[in-house]
Amino acid sequence: MNLFQKKWMTWVLFALLAMGAVAPLFSADTRLPGWIEVVLGGLMSGVLYSLVALGLVLIFKASGVFNFAQGAMVLFAALSLVRLMEMMPFAVAFLATVAIMIALAWLIERLVLRPLVNQEGIVLFMATLGIAYFLDGLGQTIWGSDVYTLDVGMPKEPKIILESVFEGGILVGMEDVIAAVLSAALVALLALFFQKTGTGRALRAVADDHQAAQSIGIPLNRIWVIVWSVAGIVALVAGIIWGSKLGVQFSLQLVALKALPVVILGGFTSIPGAIIGGLIIGLGEKLSEVYLGPYFGGGIENWFAYVLALVFLLFRPEGLFGERHIDRV
Amino acid sequence: MIYREAGQYKTSYEADQQLFPILQDRVFILLLLAFVFGAMPFLASEYLFRAILIPFLILALAAIGLNILVGFCGQVSLGTGGFMAVGAYAAYNLAVRVPDLNLLVVFLLSGLAATVVGVVFGLPSLRIKGFYLAVATLAAQFFLDWAFARIGWFTNYAPSGSVAAPALTIFGYTFQSPVQKYLLVLSIVCLFALVARNLTRGAIGRSWMAMRDMDVAAEVIGIRPLYAKVTAFAVSSFFVGLAGALWAFVYLGAWEPLAFDVNRSFQLLFMVIIGGLGSILGSFLGAAFIVILPLVLNQLPGWLGIDMSTALISHIEFMTFGALIVFFLIVEPHGLARLWAIGKEKLRLWPFPH
Repeated sequence: MNLFQKKWMTWVLFALLAMGAVAPLFSADTRLPGWIEVVLGGLMSGVLYSLVALGLVLIFKASGVFNFAQGAMVLFAALSLVRLMEMMPFAVAFLATVAIMIALAWLIERLVLRPLVNQEGIVLFMATLGIAYFLDGLGQTIWGSDVYTLDVGMPKEPKIILESVFEGGILVGMEDVIAAVLSAALVALLALFFQKTGTGRALRAVADDHQAAQSIGIPLNRIWVIVWSVAGIVALVAGIIWGSKLGVQFSLQLVALKALPVVILGGFTSIPGAIIGGLIIGLGEKLSEVYLGPYFGGGIENWFAYVLALVFLLFRPEGLFGERHIDRV
Repeated sequence: MIYREAGQYKTSYEADQQLFPILQDRVFILLLLAFVFGAMPFLASEYLFRAILIPFLILALAAIGLNILVGFCGQVSLGTGGFMAVGAYAAYNLAVRVPDLNLLVVFLLSGLAATVVGVVFGLPSLRIKGFYLAVATLAAQFFLDWAFARIGWFTNYAPSGSVAAPALTIFGYTFQSPVQKYLLVLSIVCLFALVARNLTRGAIGRSWMAMRDMDVAAEVIGIRPLYAKVTAFAVSSFFVGLAGALWAFVYLGAWEPLAFDVNRSFQLLFMVIIGGLGSILGSFLGAAFIVILPLVLNQLPGWLGIDMSTALISHIEFMTFGALIVFFLIVEPHGLARLWAIGKEKLRLWPFPH
């Protein structure tokens, strides 16, 4: 049991994982360009997981709510956008969807969060499950339940790079690269918002201590609306990227299930944790599916991410970057 | 006026500690049991047994199991569907590979199989707490889903992954009609509800509740966290596994891994929360609510004479279900069991105001 409490065990774990990731290279039938392709693919999908995880972390930090509806919000935003684009150009549709997500945040704060203030975490969690059901039904009632293709002008055909270094080069999907750049830009924007603006500082104050923030005059209710709006916009961006990759359909909300191991690995309260956790999970998932999957009969990516996160949690129970809290009687 | 305990003196410790200390409660329970065992088989239609009563009873048993873990011990689990699957597939494999085994023994052994798996996945709860644990239990759910879909041995190498339960024959008597199945399930559920009620009243239940209320304080007063948490996982998984075996054998008959996916886990968690955390009665109320609500919502447009496509109905059903969940949580966060308790309190005074 004591071994679990040693700090250096995290580094041992990292080292073991890195060895596991590099191990396929020493097998005779793995080629370096193929391995690099897998790693890049893993990192790219990891960035997308981080994007969904980011929405979860934002809401948990500011209101202590574990928001299970984030996946439903991604689906709802993408559905709204794709149907509005049939009527108007992309820029207008995008702004209209942002407006819808802000209205949604306001409604959620008014109708769900405010009456449930001071309830236990699990009750709030269940309420977000209810919101998730409601949004799924609402989105499909208003916008229809077909599979829609979302085309925002991302280049589809993959590109071959580094042809001079490796024979045959490395295949990179351009839309993945654009998605990664977009997500990075969004994260940078959020970081700026949190560090430099007054509202951002207020958000961080609320995250640190609700009561202290309230006592110096920060309006909690407005902060919650803002944070849910920001999470809604993050969901919209995630919806655009995932939607143009997979098509806008019901299964889109399952990406939220992929974001859960990311948040527990990184820590519920840490934005850098969501990003690094996403990268680790994306990488681990792809590498294991390609190089371990055949031994297990395939399909292991559904649970591998969870088990990976679980192993880390055993050594760091609050995630990699989560706040350590000390239990007192 | 009727529900008043004045004059009921307790003269021994046994009388004080009995299951229902109030005479009216005992009478009510006995009447209820007489009704569900004696009168229900003659009153209810076949549809009522098949679509409502049997699923309600089995899910109530699973909800009791989950309530022990979440409501009494405070460890949120999202892997209940997976543990039900363990019970179902353990029962299937026992019945297929050891055909001579008594079916009741099969059910008990499949509960034990779920116990073993539950303890293994419960061990991390010693380090991981709160929502971290909730998400970690999803690991169990997805891993078990995958195992039963991909590992051929569990399904006896059935090509489609779908398996069928053998006939329900116990001591040479075959349970065939919905009424017979109903009575079988009812007996098992009543027995284990009694077991659960007594477990939670005893020393072990009290150690779970101490764990739930504050684990550090519980440890300080001498409750072993390892023992309390692991027993909670074990007992809970036993109930859930038993319910899984019944669900597969009695209700479904033939099933595939999808019958026990993550939505089942959420459904059970809804039952526990809406019914009332830390209440055996609440598990029954919650199960009844969650089983009946979708049926009503599904039929409602037809009853009101509104013509709607089935797809639209199912979407609106989703919406209403979600909205009702939120509504219930706002109105009574402590669940239906709390409403019941408030009603009883009111009844004690009725018809006087004080």
